[in-house]
Amino acid sequence: MAKGIEMKILVGYKRVVDYNVRIQVKPDGTGVVTDGVKLSANPFDDIALEEALRLREKGVAEEVVVVGIGPADLTAHLRNGLAMGANRAIHVVTSDIVQPLTAARVLLKLIEKELPGLVIMGKQAIDDDANQTGQMLAALWDRPQATFASKIEIADGKVTVTREVDAGLEVLQADLPAVITTDLRLNEPRFIKLPDIMKAKSKPIDTIELASLSVDAHDQLKTTHYTAPGKRSKGVMVKDASELVSVLKQKGLL
Amino acid sequence: MTERETMEYDVIVVGAGPAGLSFAIRLKQLKPDVTVCVIEKASTIGAQILSGAVIEPQPLDALLPGWRDNPPPICVPATEDEFWLLNKTGGRKLPVPQTLNNHGNFIVSLGALCAWLAPQAESLGVDVFPGFAAADTIYDADGSVAGVRIGDMGVAKDGSHKPGYTQGIDIKAKVTVLAEGARGSLTKQLIKRFKLDQNSDPQGYSIGIKELWQVPSGRVTPGKIFHSFGWPADTRTYGGAFLYHLDKDRIALGYVSGLDYKDPNYQPWEAFQQWKNHPMIKPLLEGGSILSAGARAIVTGGYQSLPKVEMPGALLIGDTAGLLNVPKIKGTHQAIKSGMLAAEHLAASDLKPTGFDAKLRGSEVMAELKKVRNIKPGFKKGLWFGMLNAGWETVTGGKSPWTLQNKPDWNSLHKLGQYEEPKRDYVQRELPPRDRLAGVYFAATEHDEDQPVHLHVADTSVCVTKCAQEYGNPCTRFCPANVYEIVNDEAGKRLQINAANCVHCKTCDIKDPYQIINWVPPEGGSGPNYQNL
Repeated sequence: MAKGIEMKILVGYKRVVDYNVRIQVKPDGTGVVTDGVKLSANPFDDIALEEALRLREKGVAEEVVVVGIGPADLTAHLRNGLAMGANRAIHVVTSDIVQPLTAARVLLKLIEKELPGLVIMGKQAIDDDANQTGQMLAALWDRPQATFASKIEIADGKVTVTREVDAGLEVLQADLPAVITTDLRLNEPRFIKLPDIMKAKSKPIDTIELASLSVDAHDQLKTTHYTAPGKRSKGVMVKDASELVSVLKQKGLL
Repeated sequence: MTERETMEYDVIVVGAGPAGLSFAIRLKQLKPDVTVCVIEKASTIGAQILSGAVIEPQPLDALLPGWRDNPPPICVPATEDEFWLLNKTGGRKLPVPQTLNNHGNFIVSLGALCAWLAPQAESLGVDVFPGFAAADTIYDADGSVAGVRIGDMGVAKDGSHKPGYTQGIDIKAKVTVLAEGARGSLTKQLIKRFKLDQNSDPQGYSIGIKELWQVPSGRVTPGKIFHSFGWPADTRTYGGAFLYHLDKDRIALGYVSGLDYKDPNYQPWEAFQQWKNHPMIKPLLEGGSILSAGARAIVTGGYQSLPKVEMPGALLIGDTAGLLNVPKIKGTHQAIKSGMLAAEHLAASDLKPTGFDAKLRGSEVMAELKKVRNIKPGFKKGLWFGMLNAGWETVTGGKSPWTLQNKPDWNSLHKLGQYEEPKRDYVQRELPPRDRLAGVYFAATEHDEDQPVHLHVADTSVCVTKCAQEYGNPCTRFCPANVYEIVNDEAGKRLQINAANCVHCKTCDIKDPYQIINWVPPEGGSGPNYQNL
């Protein structure tokens, strides 16, 4: 399959607390404050969606489907993905916070139904920074994975992915279907245009209750508590190097 | 170049504040078939609005009966008022002026209130578009306002187009409703073009700087409202503070400085920080943390400064018109009322703006402003005269046969050496933030650095010559976000504009003594990201 004809791309599209928001821990330590806080697309998922749209525009793919897992009000977030250019959206409804393994299991269920040629998502979400969903999905699906992509090329049923690694650039080739996770420098997502927001209003969003998918959704990890980073104590101004040395000695650091 | 895309609506509203959203809601209630959109430069509704805010609920009762059963997320009923005259070490509790009696009112976050209003507008069929800045107005062949042009996205600092360049579209409408808040950038152009201010006094402004604090439990008395004047302001500078006790151990506090101040060395931001360290305030905050902070110009010209609020194809409502009631320190109820009035006018006039100016002037919105018209101008003669005058005007209910005149704020600065700088009597500050840059951090302001500078200074050669000599570059002091700096490097002494720090307060546009700074909206979605201000 996936010879550039009728290929479908599934995009993992998570909603997170916006990167501009100053994160505040709830006074009781049970989580971070999300009430009245701006939520937006995980920036790496935006990059994934942009790449999917570019592949469609190149004629490599036919359809781009964004997938979100979350509460009822996630619709507005999915509409943003549709306004960016996705053809349709799938909303898996749950009011629980979903951990990576559950997300991967949910995606696998959708894959069985949608039969995509490519699944693409951010390398991690900026809220939990787990960096696991893509890898777990590839394992469950038993298909190749290429993570941290900074360049993607598709031809003849194969995908060539360039990844940025410590030693330089690593180039991988895999058969499709496959899972790709995106790194920051893959592309720069487009701006949404007003007329496209209007068009997105009439694009379809399929709604599926998570409970109806019969996946094992129980948490693998238990969070004990959240705390804010400790406050840095005030710095000391020193006149010159010799004072610095004596202060360091005083503190037993030299 | 491809042809610019266009969208059409019956009515476009610029600005998703209380005026714009109330207008849209009311119009849809009356005329469900009229198409309405609201555009907002902030990336999310409420992220660039800032107010105390204690609001009078009556206009909300009229607009959304039943709102009390589904109130906005921050909505604390007022319980007690206090009014203090401070000196450096203490103060005197004064009787609460009638205008500051808040019985029956609510302490809210105006940002959260707008974020709560927007979905209610959407459920009536209004299209609300955050993240889109109106860069310009467009005109019909006959010269009437025909809508707005959205700013381009993806333009580099040097004006070239970046790879993601997206041309802004035109939104055409039968009526354009300006609801931009104080000193709106499109309103400023339109006032000039249609000479809307030819029969009114110049507009007056103040700057309000606000912080929201989370404090250790046990200190907050939800619903308590505290206002003070006196220290740290000297008697010739108009300044006052507010401190509102919210729920969940949160306190909203801020300081308002009249932008008619005379001393070129005055720093509104410093005055606020000084006040926080007053012995009555500091113990409330010590050990707490700042949740969010920001600044915004406030319109204070009132009755005599109200421009004509209609022009061919467009209307002004709320604070961009200038409807705030200074002695009450409240504008939200006026904004909502004017928005509703404009909607009712357009619904009855088949969307013709003509006649709205007369309707507004004949309404209770203007009656309220007329009553208090002489109070703020009285303070131009100093604190003591201002207080006596305010007492007189209050007792007589504003029936004085005279109206005191307003003068433009940019003209009030004295030149260096011509003004005897008052003994500031400031203290060593101990509470955060340390300086303005540390403060801007709490505004979470964000501008793509590679975009054209949105603070247009017509002639920067003035900065290091004439202005340095005459006023000592007051822009470096009145800006609450440290946007303006005079640097001296290999390129010589020059003005550096740190536009990415800007919190969109508009103070520079108002106070610059040569009137050469023009604030224009940056790329849509840029700017502060306030949380619950």
